[in-house]
Amino acid sequence: METYTAMRHFADSWGLVFLFVVFIGVVLFMFRPGAKKSAQDAAQIPLKED
Amino acid sequence: MKYTTETIAVGISAFLALLGVAFARDDQFAAHMTVLFFVLLVSTVLLMRRINFSTAAHVQMADDKSGYFDEVVRYGVIATTFWGIVGFLVGVVVAFQLAYPDLNIEPWFNFGRTRPLHTSAVIFAFGGNALIATSFYVVQRTSRARLFGGDLGWFVFWGYQLFIVMAATGYLLGITQGREYAEPEWYVDLWLTVVWVAYLITFLGTIIRRKEPHIYVANWFYLAFIVTIAMLHVVNNLAVPVSFLGVKSYSAFAGVQDALTQWWYGHNAVGFFLTAGFLGMMYYFIPKQANRPVYSYRLSIIHFWALIFLYIWAGPHHLHYTALPDWAQTLGMVFSIMLWMPSWGGMINGLMTLSGAWDKIRTDPIIRMMVIAVAFYGMSTFEGPMMSIKAVNSLSHYTDWTIGHVHSGALGWVGMISFGAIYYLTPKLWGRERLYSMRLVNWHFWLATLGIVVYAAVLWVAGIQQGLMWREYNDQGFLVYSFAESVAAMFPYYLLRSIGGVMYFAGGMIMGWNVYMTIRGYQRDEVPIPGSAPAMQPAE
Repeated sequence: METYTAMRHFADSWGLVFLFVVFIGVVLFMFRPGAKKSAQDAAQIPLKED
Repeated sequence: MKYTTETIAVGISAFLALLGVAFARDDQFAAHMTVLFFVLLVSTVLLMRRINFSTAAHVQMADDKSGYFDEVVRYGVIATTFWGIVGFLVGVVVAFQLAYPDLNIEPWFNFGRTRPLHTSAVIFAFGGNALIATSFYVVQRTSRARLFGGDLGWFVFWGYQLFIVMAATGYLLGITQGREYAEPEWYVDLWLTVVWVAYLITFLGTIIRRKEPHIYVANWFYLAFIVTIAMLHVVNNLAVPVSFLGVKSYSAFAGVQDALTQWWYGHNAVGFFLTAGFLGMMYYFIPKQANRPVYSYRLSIIHFWALIFLYIWAGPHHLHYTALPDWAQTLGMVFSIMLWMPSWGGMINGLMTLSGAWDKIRTDPIIRMMVIAVAFYGMSTFEGPMMSIKAVNSLSHYTDWTIGHVHSGALGWVGMISFGAIYYLTPKLWGRERLYSMRLVNWHFWLATLGIVVYAAVLWVAGIQQGLMWREYNDQGFLVYSFAESVAAMFPYYLLRSIGGVMYFAGGMIMGWNVYMTIRGYQRDEVPIPGSAPAMQPAE
């Protein structure tokens, strides 16, 4: 099960780090300057028309 | 509309199904292909009656005035209502079968066959149709673009109905691969894959052709649901058929790997089918019905990414104390507990959308339905992580507590938010001023809510009692109760839960009547809900 071991080690090290960094990036992106304005605009999309 | 090619294709398929009957390797395949043959034969006849033989220039495109492809959504709303009522009815039947085993009518209507009929009818037929119909409606409105692919939308709708019919008849004939929520055998799975790819193309194509620069958050949830279900469905159903014209297949995985693949699928069917998809519904229909934007759009984006990053790992909690490696069990438990945060973030976001308009809960039964849905979402996403804790799970696993938990999520969250969407959509889609009756929505709300409360509360007691009876030892180290004794003790609970189910089913019937009368264009002469219309001011 060498492939299994290698993939498992990759998943719980670099894979975990990668996903975690992406997630933190998304959260930080939501708090970038100007995000509030564009979020408020986006929230109006369903109400713009019927 | 000209459907010449389609009619020929369905006709040829009917003939191929007939060949399938003739050359079948086993009786079940022959029976199932007979069903398919008659379904396709009737479809061919119906299609032939609709062919327009005039020249192409004279064919009037039956287009919607709005410019959106709404006819398929109208069919979807009717299909959702119909399959909902069917699914609830089968649920009531299986509940009574548990209380009164004599109701098991062999061989077709045994509990072992009617149970998957119930689960698939409510999840895939009712829930799936609700998701397809609302996603087609929402993606067009929020992208301000017509549905991509023209008649591909029709293929998705009718192809999905064919999948439902083949799955349901297969269960009753005893054709199953024994995988929870994925019981259909290999050839039905292949058909669903084709339909699902077409669904992805129509949905994604509409987003790509959008005129609105931003992709609204509801579409993110719908897209996550479509993409993830495609992945889960394909991997979980990897199997080798024994013969080309036979029902039996063997899974590509063995032993504990097979079990984990199954529950990776099974839990993410809950996470992405019954949660992400319906959250898409929540993020569109609650703002529309309340006429206010979502409480925090930024929270909804974080909700989205946190939910999809965490949910995919939670499946192993279905295999606590099994042959699954201990680290995998703990991983599943930890991720389930972390799911509390995005789930409650989403719940707060949905509820707080009503901030400043709380009176609508009193005056608008449709808003009330949506709010109780979000409240049940919060409750079941609290209960679920708690049950995934190994110590709690050692008591709750294999008991009826689990069934109670599933139903507080399915009846409470999935059912109620879908009812809210149906009540919103029906007058809109058929150009009616309002629903046939708001009073009946109120009746539906209370029957359904009380039904769920009875159902969930009874099964808490039942499940904990079961768990305690199974682990009761006497001072000499012997088990106090035999298994049959714990079954016999369940009778009053099974009866009460059936009554809860009957109440929920009755609510569904009321909805069916209300939707039918709205489509027919009637308005019930009734006293409005107090406060729903602005009060008249006396003249000066």
